[in-house]
Amino acid sequence: MEDIPPYPPIDPTTFDLIVIGTGLPESIIAAAASTASKSVLHLDPNPFYGSHFSSLPLADLPSFLSTHSTSPSPPRSRSSEDSNEFSVLDLCTRPLYSSIDISVFSPDLLDQNSRKFNLDVAGPRVFFCADKSIELILNTGANQYMEFKSIDATFVGDNKGNLLNVPDSRAAIFKDKSLGLMEKNQLMRFFKLVQGHMAGEQDVKISDEDLQSPFVDFLNKMGLPPKIKSFILYAIAMADYDQEDTGVCRDLLKTKDGIDQLALYNASIGRFQNASGALLYPIYGQGELSQAFCRRAAVKGCIYVLRMPVTALLVDKDSGCYKGVRLASGQDIFSQKLILDPTFKVTLPSGSSPPSPLQAKLPFFSQKDDRGKIARGICITMTSLKPDMSNFLVVYPPRSLFPEQATSIRLLQIASNLAVCPPGMFVLYISALCNDDDQGKKLIHAVVNILLTVPPINSESNAAVQSETAESGCAVQDENAESSSTGPSDPGEGKPTLLWSALYNQELTLGQDDFICSTPMPDGKLNYDDLIDAAVKLFKKIYPEDEFFPQTSSENPEDEDDGDGDGDVSLET
Amino acid sequence: MHGRPRKAPKPEDEAASAAKAQKLRALQTQFFSFHHDQIYTKEAVELSAKLLEINPESYTAWNYRKLAVEHYLSQPECDPDSVKSVLDDELKVVESALRQNFKSYGAWHHRKWVLSKGHSSINHELRLLDKFQKADSRNFHAWNYRRFVAELMNRSEQDELKYTEDMIYTNFSNYSAWHNRSVLLSALLEKKAEGFLLKENVLPEEYEFIHQAIFTDPDDQSGWFYNLWLLDQTVTTDSPLLVSTWPTCGSDVLIMGDGCQNGSFSPFTTLLSDSGSFPIILYFNQPVEGVNSSTVTIECGFDKNGYLHWEPLSVSNSQAAQVWVAHLKFPTPELDSSVEVRVGHSKGIISTRGFQYCHPSTFSFNVHVQHVERDSFQVSVAESILWREENFKIYRAQSEESIPIASFDQLCIKNGHESTASNWRTEALAKEIECFRELLSLMDCKIGKLTLARLLMAYDAMSFPFATKLVHSEEVLELYNDLMKLDPTHHRYYKDEHSLVLLQKMTSSKESLLQHCFQYKDSVSSVIGNLICLRLNNLSLSRIGAFEKLLWVQMLDLSHNELQSIEGLEAMQLLSWLGLGNNKLGSVTALEPLRKLKSLRVLDISYNQIGDHSIDTTRYLCSSPLSHSVGSELNKDETAIIDAALVNYLEAFYMLKDLNLNQLDIVGNTIADETFKSALVKIMPTLKRLDGKVLD
Repeated sequence: MEDIPPYPPIDPTTFDLIVIGTGLPESIIAAAASTASKSVLHLDPNPFYGSHFSSLPLADLPSFLSTHSTSPSPPRSRSSEDSNEFSVLDLCTRPLYSSIDISVFSPDLLDQNSRKFNLDVAGPRVFFCADKSIELILNTGANQYMEFKSIDATFVGDNKGNLLNVPDSRAAIFKDKSLGLMEKNQLMRFFKLVQGHMAGEQDVKISDEDLQSPFVDFLNKMGLPPKIKSFILYAIAMADYDQEDTGVCRDLLKTKDGIDQLALYNASIGRFQNASGALLYPIYGQGELSQAFCRRAAVKGCIYVLRMPVTALLVDKDSGCYKGVRLASGQDIFSQKLILDPTFKVTLPSGSSPPSPLQAKLPFFSQKDDRGKIARGICITMTSLKPDMSNFLVVYPPRSLFPEQATSIRLLQIASNLAVCPPGMFVLYISALCNDDDQGKKLIHAVVNILLTVPPINSESNAAVQSETAESGCAVQDENAESSSTGPSDPGEGKPTLLWSALYNQELTLGQDDFICSTPMPDGKLNYDDLIDAAVKLFKKIYPEDEFFPQTSSENPEDEDDGDGDGDVSLET
Repeated sequence: MHGRPRKAPKPEDEAASAAKAQKLRALQTQFFSFHHDQIYTKEAVELSAKLLEINPESYTAWNYRKLAVEHYLSQPECDPDSVKSVLDDELKVVESALRQNFKSYGAWHHRKWVLSKGHSSINHELRLLDKFQKADSRNFHAWNYRRFVAELMNRSEQDELKYTEDMIYTNFSNYSAWHNRSVLLSALLEKKAEGFLLKENVLPEEYEFIHQAIFTDPDDQSGWFYNLWLLDQTVTTDSPLLVSTWPTCGSDVLIMGDGCQNGSFSPFTTLLSDSGSFPIILYFNQPVEGVNSSTVTIECGFDKNGYLHWEPLSVSNSQAAQVWVAHLKFPTPELDSSVEVRVGHSKGIISTRGFQYCHPSTFSFNVHVQHVERDSFQVSVAESILWREENFKIYRAQSEESIPIASFDQLCIKNGHESTASNWRTEALAKEIECFRELLSLMDCKIGKLTLARLLMAYDAMSFPFATKLVHSEEVLELYNDLMKLDPTHHRYYKDEHSLVLLQKMTSSKESLLQHCFQYKDSVSSVIGNLICLRLNNLSLSRIGAFEKLLWVQMLDLSHNELQSIEGLEAMQLLSWLGLGNNKLGSVTALEPLRKLKSLRVLDISYNQIGDHSIDTTRYLCSSPLSHSVGSELNKDETAIIDAALVNYLEAFYMLKDLNLNQLDIVGNTIADETFKSALVKIMPTLKRLDGKVLD
């Protein structure tokens, strides 16, 4: 960002809303506001759409991560000059990624193909066919800009490197080879109970008392064996934390929520004809989603300017109220409302005290929330983890890999048929919630070591290795050695070899809607629903009078494309 | 396709359908005139295509097209290329008709017809089928057609089996797929194809497969149907077996007419006979054909030529029966002779499923005929009895006495080689039993209980020659009791099964059987006092069975039960006295099995429900209304004796005319008014007593 090309000035200079960052929540709000006939200016310092939700070429990913991992650059002096009317509050970025560890084991192979990768920055993430995000995509017509493919299966992994099928439907239970007859019966009866409950059948109603109790207690009460319980909790209801250890569990799932989650899963299976499973993934990666909403917004008149950093906020001197932003080009743009992506943090002009009204508000703005972090990993291989399958999800329930594992680790393998990598390659996205960097690394490494062969790091051929901590590199080697001596499955043999990996921890920030509205970082969930909720909440906050994407009945005036018709997403088979 | 609610038509839909009807009518009129005038021009043929596209059910149009094709093919200028294109056009018409209604019989049939001509490519057919079977995986038209195509293109059964597997994996609630699987497996087993040589290797895998479906969703019925088929495959031996005979092997039979009791003979093997002959009964485990004087031979001192006329005992007039009878004449009034019966030593006895009887067996017995004075004999056989409680006393058996049950065991043991060969059957059943016990420990499941009950009975029956009694009968009875409560809709069926199990249990051992053996004594009785009366009264039986163990019975009391049918009773050829009072027999036709009982003399059907219902529902309980034999054997002589009085009782006439009853009790039935009674006297001239009244 040193050499920002000169920009033509933006005209007009006043908008109803300025949105900074093209991450998913920002893009949804921009589209919703445009649909509500607001004039919107949507800015992004990056030359691409998606911000922290983008899908990037291989070569661009490390620099994106490291840009957002450094401490804020010192405020630019020129932007801190106060004009007569405004206080100028410098915006600086805060570090969102830490402990970044890029390992290149096969530089040639990857260099040639760098542009053929679309690597999700916030992976693994998928859609449930019947979830809110799919509804939103269909309702807003964003589906005409995207194509999806079904995720073939879900597995549960164990500490021996086995991947067990998750019997998530009637047909899957029938087909499953690892479940005993009794287990099949118990699991199917439980599914039927949930279906009956959701359908409002009187004789199978689950009591309110049960609904308010922890889901894990309810599963125990139903007499489900540990294996099935684990499938339901972590591979279907997608619980993040160990539900059976209240000491480490930050998010104990209630029966009601567990049942809702199962119902969502159930409704997802078979919703679309071409989708065999419950989960969908967008072709070209999840960055497509933000982009689709941006296109939606653009159709409604939203103005887009990429490569345009914002340097400062303009605040009314007397009231401390937000007035506008100062762009990197030096131009001041004004708006009623502002939505910021979570990168930014306001710094006070050095030496000067802020206007008193502002002082009261700022503590909230720079508040650090204590939600822990999410460890993410991206691995590239030449062979699939499952010989006969390309796109699938793997869940490692808490305690399945090592005793202190307090959270689920999820892994999504995506193949070239989803246009995220060159033919013959596979991208693995791994994530797990963690308290700190060390814990996060340990979680991701545990999965990498059990599933992949990690070649020894050769420092000469790997000039690009940016191993931040020597210890983490060692840990990889150590655990590999350990698993090869104890694991019954033949290590190395049959395990895909790691070609490239990026491991990093990401801050979890909630969206804020106090002094300035800012959007949340990608969360630790598997789908987008909580992020969409956050976007709706922010939209309601800034435009309480307006409807969030009003239903436009059947006629959709903007259907200038062929329009697949509402109610269906385009699925490639 | 399935389970979709029907929507009420909207006004605009109704208008559209009216317009469609209008168009259809116009087309139809035009079409019929072409058809009538045998016009097969291009225009006319196209019109029929248009008609079929709207209404694929138009049979006439399909037939017209067949005629048109035949007409075209008979033209001299017709060359192979144009034949193909004509037939391809037909396939296109069928396809578009099927798109309109993929369950159109006419369209599928027409396609078969075209394909049978042999000029069209078959490869396309499987692709077409895939499309239809994807749209509705249970469409039986498509499955039928699939079998046709598979045969036509010589597709291997193995490939088709794999296809059913794929379909089942997609959704195992698929009757058609399971059914096709059973068809294919039967064919493969019959062919003894590679990997399908032995049932015992194939069936366990199938059991494993079906368990997955049943345990996953016990409420789904399709899997249970397949399981039932597997069970049948396991239980039924291919080759028929002789399970019981009368006289039993090694027995001493006394045939007599007067009242002298000969101390050395058991009343179980004493037979009263007035015909100068006695029956030999063969009871097989399944219906067989081909029992005749060459497949079953007799060796005895008194009948040198050994010719016997074997008669199948079946109510329907088929030539196959589970029970066969022949009557062996004894020439002299006094006789002591041994008889040897050799069954199946030459080929020819064959099961209805086409399997040879292949266990040649021999049994012999001794016959003693006692001098019979004609007069007293007739009196004794005709002797009337009163079915009164005080007239029966429990029979005390001598310790050495041979009870037919015991000899029945011996007969079975002779077939022991079959039993060892079928160890896998017993093992398979044991496994199944364990499996379903486990299922039932998890949940209450009606069909699971029923299956377990069937399994346990089959298991007991299979191990019967070795076990002394039915070890599971108590448990099975309990299961049926449970089912009657759980599933009132099918109460009658469970009750029937319960009755059969109860009878099996009572006849399974000497001890239990003796509890039901009585001797008749009243103030005037003479000869019949020597006979055993088997009393199975007051047991709330709704059905009777276990006939293979009751062939020896001459006097049977079934009163005070809930019998609606006496199906199978025709096997009891020695029956002379039969008490059916106070049951639920609902019609005269329910008595049909009695027509085969030539020695029946005394019958009590008092206090039943004959005539309660004006419509005889039992007629529709038999396999097909057409198979019912009533009225099919009308001959001229009989027509002559049907006078005005009998016209109203034709059914009674057909049922009873062949009986040689001396005594009949029919009081307490709606039908039994004075006119009916006087008709009865006409139908059965042998009748001496009717409802206790001595007739002139």
